[in-house]
Amino acid sequence: MEILKAIVETILLFTFLAVVTAMLGVYLERKISGWIQSRLGPKHVGPQGLLQTIADTVKLLQKEHITPLNADVPTFNVAPILVAVAGLLAWMIIPFGPAFGRIIMVRDINIGLLFFLAMASLIVIGILLGGWASNNKYALLGGFRSASQMISYEIPLALALMVPIMMAGTLSTRAIVEAQGGSIRNWYIFGGPYEWYLAIPGVIAFAVFIIAATAETNRIPFDLPEAESELVAGYFSEYTGMRFALFQLGEYAEAFGMSALAAVLFLGGWHGPVLPGIVWFLIKMFALVFLLMWARWTYPRLRLDQLLNLSWKGLVPLGFLLVLVTGWMLV
Amino acid sequence: MGELAAFIILSALTLIPAVVVVTSGNVVRAAMSLIPSFLGVTGLFVLLGAEFVAGIQILIYAGAIAVLILFVIMLTEGGTGLAIRQLNEQRLPGIVVAGALTIGLVVLVLRTAWPLTAGTLPASNVTAIGTAFLTDFILAFEISSLVLLVSLVGALVIARKEV
Amino acid sequence: MTVGLTHYLVVAALLFGLGLYGILTRRNAVAILMGIELMLNAANINLVAFNRYVAPAAVAGHVFALVVITLAACEAAVGLALVMAVYRNLETIHVDEINLMKW
Repeated sequence: MEILKAIVETILLFTFLAVVTAMLGVYLERKISGWIQSRLGPKHVGPQGLLQTIADTVKLLQKEHITPLNADVPTFNVAPILVAVAGLLAWMIIPFGPAFGRIIMVRDINIGLLFFLAMASLIVIGILLGGWASNNKYALLGGFRSASQMISYEIPLALALMVPIMMAGTLSTRAIVEAQGGSIRNWYIFGGPYEWYLAIPGVIAFAVFIIAATAETNRIPFDLPEAESELVAGYFSEYTGMRFALFQLGEYAEAFGMSALAAVLFLGGWHGPVLPGIVWFLIKMFALVFLLMWARWTYPRLRLDQLLNLSWKGLVPLGFLLVLVTGWMLV
Repeated sequence: MGELAAFIILSALTLIPAVVVVTSGNVVRAAMSLIPSFLGVTGLFVLLGAEFVAGIQILIYAGAIAVLILFVIMLTEGGTGLAIRQLNEQRLPGIVVAGALTIGLVVLVLRTAWPLTAGTLPASNVTAIGTAFLTDFILAFEISSLVLLVSLVGALVIARKEV
Repeated sequence: MTVGLTHYLVVAALLFGLGLYGILTRRNAVAILMGIELMLNAANINLVAFNRYVAPAAVAGHVFALVVITLAACEAAVGLALVMAVYRNLETIHVDEINLMKW
């Protein structure tokens, strides 16, 4: 039955993603930040430190569940679940590549990209509720800052997404990847199968998307809501144990999801010369994840007003200009 | 059969949090219950074949309007969570008026012979809506963009701190 | 039995009635705005249901519903800005305490 198939696919997707994004994400983050900072990163647990995340998870699972004194208990419990579920549901529309005779993706919805944007905006509610329910000034301030940052950067994200949508003429991710087949010249970052001058909005849209994705997932240089020197830990100051792990899972799932979406929309998805499609997709996704982690240790943190100015006064007009120029060039 | 089950679940998801919204004593709890209500309405849209409107409903209602309402509640006095009396003295006239209107509407709906047409919606919802906006309904499109601009500037001016 | 037009219209009518009850009986100005949002959602359900069951070839109902969502967002923004301004000057947002023309 359709329902059973959908439930099994969703469970498989969630477990696979929870393993890949949480475990690999945390491990990669610590190793890469170690190498950039001229040190080695985790090496003790398992060969080359590969089992570090399992050790971390076991440690988090056996920590005490603390609920603050006057906190709003249902809200306090619901917030991390909302963040984790919305971050993982956004993976439903990402096509991995051809295998066993069909493209591997959970559902090819024909409003796929709109669904991704909708899930990204559901995460904001979880963060705001988590910040408020902790009954803690620092958490509340962190929650406000994070929510205002994330809703400010949703607009440049959506405008940068409009460029591949206009080039492909559809909102379905699978159709967008199939329109980029052929050769590397057909990728949308280089202008797609159109004239050469569409590469200019292509590259700028890719840059705007990566900047907006970094801000959406609260990573440095946009991580003022989580800044340790200012706000203890921001909106998840009062969360311990498994709920903290759920927040981290949601954030890493969203970060990986944004990189996967950029690989699908701008870099050609699963197309590539020799290796099978899925391997190319994973290579492109991990290259973008490496780019995000590299940027973390390269740039200083932006102040809140600089951050919001960058979005409203810089990226939003640039995004509108991009949409206008792409529409004019395509006709 | 599956459609009826889905319809009943989604209607319950819409209506039960709506009851919490209008009767809860804690304003933040009421604002939080708006979100499952909006998600239920999104599900009803998907059941009716309106995918684009469903996507826009989550993006704007649950993602922006609910966040805005939560922000304003937390910045004004509702955020203290004190048990202030939230319902005023008009409860009985309120129940009578709202109940009478609802019963009148339901009776009207059940008694009218609606001119049903069998058919299917256009396959690509987005293309059809986009074309309709730019050909048949272009005046509504331009005027709603003007209203958005005016309300953006107006909200900024009204909510600004007086320096 | 299959789901027909009247099912959706009844659900929308119930939602509308709940929103109206919220507007008539709440003291907090933001809670009144939440009731307004419920009523607008009920109207949207009606529009989309009519589009699907009465005139499925065209998408006029969807277009109308999108315009209603846009205007609901504008009205929520301006209404909440007004609530913030009132709170800043009068320090209360309970509408039955704001009953003097000159504070």
